[in-house]
Order: sequence, then C-alpha cells, then structure tokens
Amino acid sequence: MFISVDEIAQTIRMIQEEHLDIRTVTMGINLLDCVRADIKDTCDAVYEKICRKAERLVPECEAIEREMGIPIVNKRISITPAALLVGRSTPEQCVELAKTLEKAAVNTGVNFLGGYSALVHKGYTEADKALIASIPQALMETSRICCSVNVGTTKAGINMDAVRDMGVLIKKAAEMSAETGGSSCARIVVFANAPEDNPFMAGAFHGVGEPECVINVGVSGPGVVKCAIEKVKGEDFTVLAETIKKTAFKITRMGQLVAKEASQRLGAQFGIVDLSLAPTPAVGDSVARIIEEMGVERCGAPGTTAALALLNDAVKKGGVMASSHVGGLSGAFIPVSEDEGMIEAVKTGALCLEKLEAMTCVCSVGLDMIVVPGDVTAATVSGIIADEVAIGMVNNKTTAVRIIPAPGLKEGDVVEFGGLLGSGPVMPVNPYKSDAFIARGGRIPAPIHSLRN
Amino acid sequence: MTKAIITVLGSDRMGIIAKVSAYLAENNINILDISQTIMDNVFTMITMVDISASTSSFDVIHNDLQKLGQELGVKIQIQNTEIFNSMHKI
Repeated sequence: MFISVDEIAQTIRMIQEEHLDIRTVTMGINLLDCVRADIKDTCDAVYEKICRKAERLVPECEAIEREMGIPIVNKRISITPAALLVGRSTPEQCVELAKTLEKAAVNTGVNFLGGYSALVHKGYTEADKALIASIPQALMETSRICCSVNVGTTKAGINMDAVRDMGVLIKKAAEMSAETGGSSCARIVVFANAPEDNPFMAGAFHGVGEPECVINVGVSGPGVVKCAIEKVKGEDFTVLAETIKKTAFKITRMGQLVAKEASQRLGAQFGIVDLSLAPTPAVGDSVARIIEEMGVERCGAPGTTAALALLNDAVKKGGVMASSHVGGLSGAFIPVSEDEGMIEAVKTGALCLEKLEAMTCVCSVGLDMIVVPGDVTAATVSGIIADEVAIGMVNNKTTAVRIIPAPGLKEGDVVEFGGLLGSGPVMPVNPYKSDAFIARGGRIPAPIHSLRN
Repeated sequence: MTKAIITVLGSDRMGIIAKVSAYLAENNINILDISQTIMDNVFTMITMVDISASTSSFDVIHNDLQKLGQELGVKIQIQNTEIFNSMHKI
C-alpha cells in the first residue's frame, strides 16, 4: 500500500483522539459593489450578494468533512469593512445593516460573520464614526455579527482618539449586555496591523486588497502538538522544535487540502492558510498545556514567554512549507476564556494580565478574551488597548485586544459565555489610573523603523 | 480512479472482513489493497478501494458503512485517500 498502515493510523488518531480539526473555513466576500445611494438599497444588495456567494459554503464544507473524515468546526463569512459601505448613514441606519448581515448569516447557515469593521489607524471618516457609534446597539440586535476596529499600524502610528473612544465603547457594550456578563464584548476586537485575510473570528474582515471572493482556512491542533511533544520528554530544545515543526507540517497539510478543495468547489480563489494553533475550552485542546508539557509547571510561570516563542516559531517553520499561501494571523492564540489550561492558570494565580501582555510580544494575537472587573474605568480599558497596540506597532506584527469588563463582577468571579467562547475568570487590573494619558488624544507617531523605503 | 481508505476499528469477532468485503463487492467497489492487524488489542482493518465504478455516491457508501459498523459493533470509516496523501507525502 502506498500509504503505510502506521500513517493511516496516525492521521485517524490525530483526528479522533487529539482533536485535530479544521477550525474554520471562512469565505471572504467583496461588498464594495453593493454600495447604493440609499442605505436600504445597500442592505438589499448586501443581503442578495452574501446569500448568492455563500449559498453553498456550508453544504460543500460538510461534504468535504464527510469525504475526508476531518471535522470543519466553523463555516464563516468575512466581508468588506462595513464602514466602507454605509456612506453618510446615521448610527441607527448602520444598525439596520448589521441586522441585514445577521439575516444573511442565518440564511447561509454560518455561525459568525465578521467585518462590521472600521479601519481608523490614521483617523476617522464620517462613516467610520457612524459605524463605530452603532457597534454596541448592533451587537445587541444580532448574535452572529463580529466587529473589529483597527486603531494602529506600524506605518501610521496609533490613533489615540480611537483608543480612547474604544475604551468608552467597550464599557458601553458591556453594560448593555450586562445580563450575559458583558458578552457583547466577545465580538469586539481592537487591532493593530489588522490582517486583511484573517479567517478567525472575531477579527475577520475582507480587506480592500482582496479579490472578489476568497476562501481562507484556519487550522488547529494544540492537542496534536501536545501529544507529539509528550514523546520527547527531557530532550533538548532542538529536538523539541523539530518535533513541533514536523507536527505543524502535517496539521497544515490538512488545511491546505481543505482550502484547495473548498475553493475549487465554491468557485472562489484560494486565499491563505492561517498557521495558528487555536485552542478550544475542551480538555486536550489547549495551548497552555503545550507550554506546560515543555516543562513550565503552570502557564504564566517564568519560562512561559520563551516556551511560547519557540512554539510559535516552530509552528510557522513547519507550516510554511506545507501550504502554498500562508497568511492571516499565523501564530499561536492565547485567549484566556477559550483555553482550558489558561483558565486554570488564571484561577490558580499563575497567570496575570502583565504576563499575558509579555506573551503577546512573541505570538499572535494579543490580549484575547480577557475578563476584567466591571468597575474598571473606560480610561483603564483604553490604557490596556494602547499598550497592546504599541507592542504591535513597534514589533511590526498584529496585536489585538478583546476585553470584557464584566458589569458587577469582581476578581475571582467567573463569566460563562458558552460554546467556543468558554468561560472567563475575572482577572485583576493594576489599580493606578491612566486617565490623563488617555485624555491627551491625537496620534502617537509611527516608529522610526516604519520608514523603510 | 477515485481511491478511498476504509478503516475498521473495534473488538475482534468472526466475519468482519467477510461482511465488509461482501458489501464492497455488492456495490462494485474494488479492493486494491487490504491489511488486517491487531493493534493494542484493537482489531484494525485498513483497505484501499476504488469507488469509481460504484453506482452509489460517496455519501451513500459512507452511511451504509456506518450502519454496517453498528451491526458488527465496530467503527467503520471511509475517507478520500487525499487526506492521507497530503499529510504524509510531499
């Protein structure tokens, strides 16, 4: 037999016992041609186009799942940043667009639709302002729409007005969804250097440099990596890195195959495979546990950042040869509420916000799914965002903040979000204020190394 | 040629191979290669088949084999060969 029994058994074991799956097949759809003079007409055109382009997305992905025997956990859509579609609309009219997008998501059967977004790293347009102002209400009226705002880039610096406003907005969204622990905030991402081809939610959008319709795929497999390195206990770092690389190669080949098949069957361009290790709250599917398997007693202990740096780099090196086009976020994710090992690390006091911030310097994507006490001020939220965005800007990488100031909750409480979003222990925040810093406004200039021409 | 891999995993009993190959023959599915072993006390049968001559669709074969697996008390899976090729061959 051309393929050996061992190889077949290994693939099957990875899928059945080690949680190997395709985390998401995300169809990116350009909606710029849907812009009309009247927002109502725009909504109609948007609805029609999404439903037409993504009509077969879910059934075709399900067919691939059956034929290949590999689960595709999420089927999703990303769209042109909505701020580019709304023209001179009011925030109320923008909410109508969000409701239309929700309807299209339901109709096509996808669980999330991303791209209710604005790119404001250098400043606001009137449309950006209206769309961003509409975000809290839009999230209340929908359950599948994801929002993102890019507030900084290495090229442009940081729009600190937007950073200030996002702090206020996140607090407002949390208060409006207080009944569910501020869960609206789980669908708001604040970015630096946001990628245009990211398949992962909540930050996916279809950038303006993207083609008409594209398939981007995100693979997963923290469980597979952990099982692989269990076999090299005590070996040195060269062996460890090599083991991760080989595993990442195999995982990514799955993503490449699914991306190729899906794009062919759906008549869309093959975009990228995102080489990220994306955890879920399920036991055996955790990035934190990989770090612990490397020899750090609890994720967050000294050595964690170095372990994560090695992991992140080895995953990319192994993955890059396995796929013809790599992109998106491509790095290990460390969302607290979505990773069983991270949750435990926070609960046991091993992992704090500051250590997480350090970890984001060496991996994607940033401070992700962090629950903080409800009495944290908007300026403090903005301060946390500013720090994270600065890391992205200076290091020429994507960083993001998805933070939930859970109304009425304090350190030690836990918010249950359910599903892939998991459950978030409330983390303590430095009690000192950053109000005067955030109140300055304006822009932090781009770093010197942005001048590369 | 559309190749697929059928894997049968479960506790050993008489007639598993007979039942599976009878189903394949009835449905015009040609066995290209077959191997059977006991791995960690688990009956493991791996078969490479060609399904291009079959009148049944992949989904029908998939569902039939799952039903047959339930009857035999084993887990039967059919997967396109491509998944194994892409993972293990460059």
